[in-house]
Amino acid sequence: MTKKTISLLLALVMVLTLFTGCAKPAEQPAGPAEETPAAPEAPKYSFGMVTDVGGIGDKSFNDSAWAGIDKAAKELGVEAKLLQSTKQDDYTPNLGSMAQSVDLTMAVGFLFEDAMKTSADQYADKKFGVIDTVVDKPNVMSVTFKEHEGSFLVGVIAGLTTKSNVIGFVGGMDFPVIVKFEAGFIAGVKSANPNAKVIVNYTGAFDNPDKGKEVALTQHQQKADVIFHASGACGIGVIQAADEKDFWAIGVDMDQSAESKKNKVLASMIKRVDVATYTVIKAYADDKFNGGAANAIELGLKEEGVGYSDGGKNVSAELAAVVDKYKAAINDGTIVVPGTREDLETFKPVEIK
Amino acid sequence: MLSIISILVASTIRSATPLIFPALGGTFSERSGVVNIGLDGMMAVGAFSAVLVSYKTGSPLLGLFGAMIIGGLFGWLLAFLSIHFKANQVVVGTAINILAGSLTTFLLVEIWGKPGQTDNVNYFTPWGPFNMFTYLALILVLVSYYVLYKTPFGLRIRAVGEHPRAADTLGVNVYMMRYICVILSGILAGIGGASLSIGSISLFKEGMVAGKGFIALAAMIFGKWHPIGAALACLFFGLADAIQTISMSYGLNVPKEFLFALPYMLTMLAVSGLVGKATAPAADGIPYEKGEK
Repeated sequence: MTKKTISLLLALVMVLTLFTGCAKPAEQPAGPAEETPAAPEAPKYSFGMVTDVGGIGDKSFNDSAWAGIDKAAKELGVEAKLLQSTKQDDYTPNLGSMAQSVDLTMAVGFLFEDAMKTSADQYADKKFGVIDTVVDKPNVMSVTFKEHEGSFLVGVIAGLTTKSNVIGFVGGMDFPVIVKFEAGFIAGVKSANPNAKVIVNYTGAFDNPDKGKEVALTQHQQKADVIFHASGACGIGVIQAADEKDFWAIGVDMDQSAESKKNKVLASMIKRVDVATYTVIKAYADDKFNGGAANAIELGLKEEGVGYSDGGKNVSAELAAVVDKYKAAINDGTIVVPGTREDLETFKPVEIK
Repeated sequence: MLSIISILVASTIRSATPLIFPALGGTFSERSGVVNIGLDGMMAVGAFSAVLVSYKTGSPLLGLFGAMIIGGLFGWLLAFLSIHFKANQVVVGTAINILAGSLTTFLLVEIWGKPGQTDNVNYFTPWGPFNMFTYLALILVLVSYYVLYKTPFGLRIRAVGEHPRAADTLGVNVYMMRYICVILSGILAGIGGASLSIGSISLFKEGMVAGKGFIALAAMIFGKWHPIGAALACLFFGLADAIQTISMSYGLNVPKEFLFALPYMLTMLAVSGLVGKATAPAADGIPYEKGEK
């Protein structure tokens, strides 16, 4: 009898661990009504950010977004709020609780699109900012990037660096934002090196480093000697494969040269998410906040929203000079970088010596 | 053509390696009569402990031992609850999976101070196209076959799983045999986890096991509870994974969604008895009550 009781208790305890994830986030913002009377002068601006599942500490997207928000907060002399999402189901509730406590809620990532639409309607008197996707609501300001322009530049670098004339591209999930990287990269490779072939793979995930590594190893066996990834944390595996098998990897979003122990990151395609979040908050603070799809901002090379970085000092001065020429050609409109697979098909490679 | 085949074979074996260990573990456990649904969770704690020990000591070998010890401990937990207390094995296994998921997430934040993933640690760098775990898997498949089918100890394991009462009457300690096998399955699942976190790559990431324990379970059923059969089934699932990667990189015009779903569809087809009837050990999943009439 006692045995049964004990086993029942133990099973109960184990099942209860199921609910540990359901605890409300500690930083559940208090209602504005409680806060305002306490502060003698209510701060003029209040804003906060909701992370995607990557969370703060991803050394990429979210960290960069937070850096821009933090910078704006320091300049305005206020404190920004932060709410982390641990799963996709958190997006809508987190946006809601953030919107209840601040004027402007920022969210970063393509995957926020649907949650943002719902929350923007629900809190029509609040402002929202979203990066990487366009949400057509009057109270949502959208910022996207011309990832294809930055990817074009690293494509040029890859095309001029490869010895085998085989180059790899590893994407995360096959959706429009990532296709921009793919199309721009291939256009860059073809422009700089018409003989090079690009192998394209998608891992189907952004959080599976061993899959990223397996794909990179397979591409390397197919003779690829430069591999560009736009696959979030799968890229850790791509860079590790580069370390092991001695080929070049190209990083994404932030400078990823520190991820490689043997300095095998050739360059990184930079996407200034911090510039994007800073821009939105600045617009809000200057009373220039404009929602809706018509007012969506797109940051490209010209706006310095995208570019490339060379933290490992692997890009030679001659190569950098060639890349600069391409950059100038994109800025003055000589080259229109394709951002979709359809545009890529009609794209005529432009060779600049 | 030859190069495609060699690429396919290498990729198949790499993808199958982390599956083989838990599949062998499941074979031992179920041959002795205990269903082990908790393989996935045991892999997760194994993967985490391997990274933690390697992080603290700098030695991946000690990391592997850490994974075996913690995996074995979780195996013991399943054994203790389902053999000693005769709790429902599937329920305890499921609870272990949930516990492992929450525990690793919690400790990750406690130890590394950030959610998501750990820093890079020292790991087993590959020898040739494979890392040490692939060779270890091959050895363990042969050893498991030998132990289960060529030794008196293996005969006892199978007897306990088929007809525990008869085995008990002949003086075999049913409880001890089952304890040994379930702990062994935990140790093997722990090695499987380590082969991911300090073999395939060099860090622990939340959710990195991604259902591989369940695929291993399917491979064990597909392989008819036989070590070699299970290993071949793992290779089959590895092949599905490799086809997915390679057909994409050769630009075959197949929808990506179909390719991503392929390994799971094959798993379902395999388990749904496409390959002939698979018969589990007769006493699989039934707690043994000593002295029951």
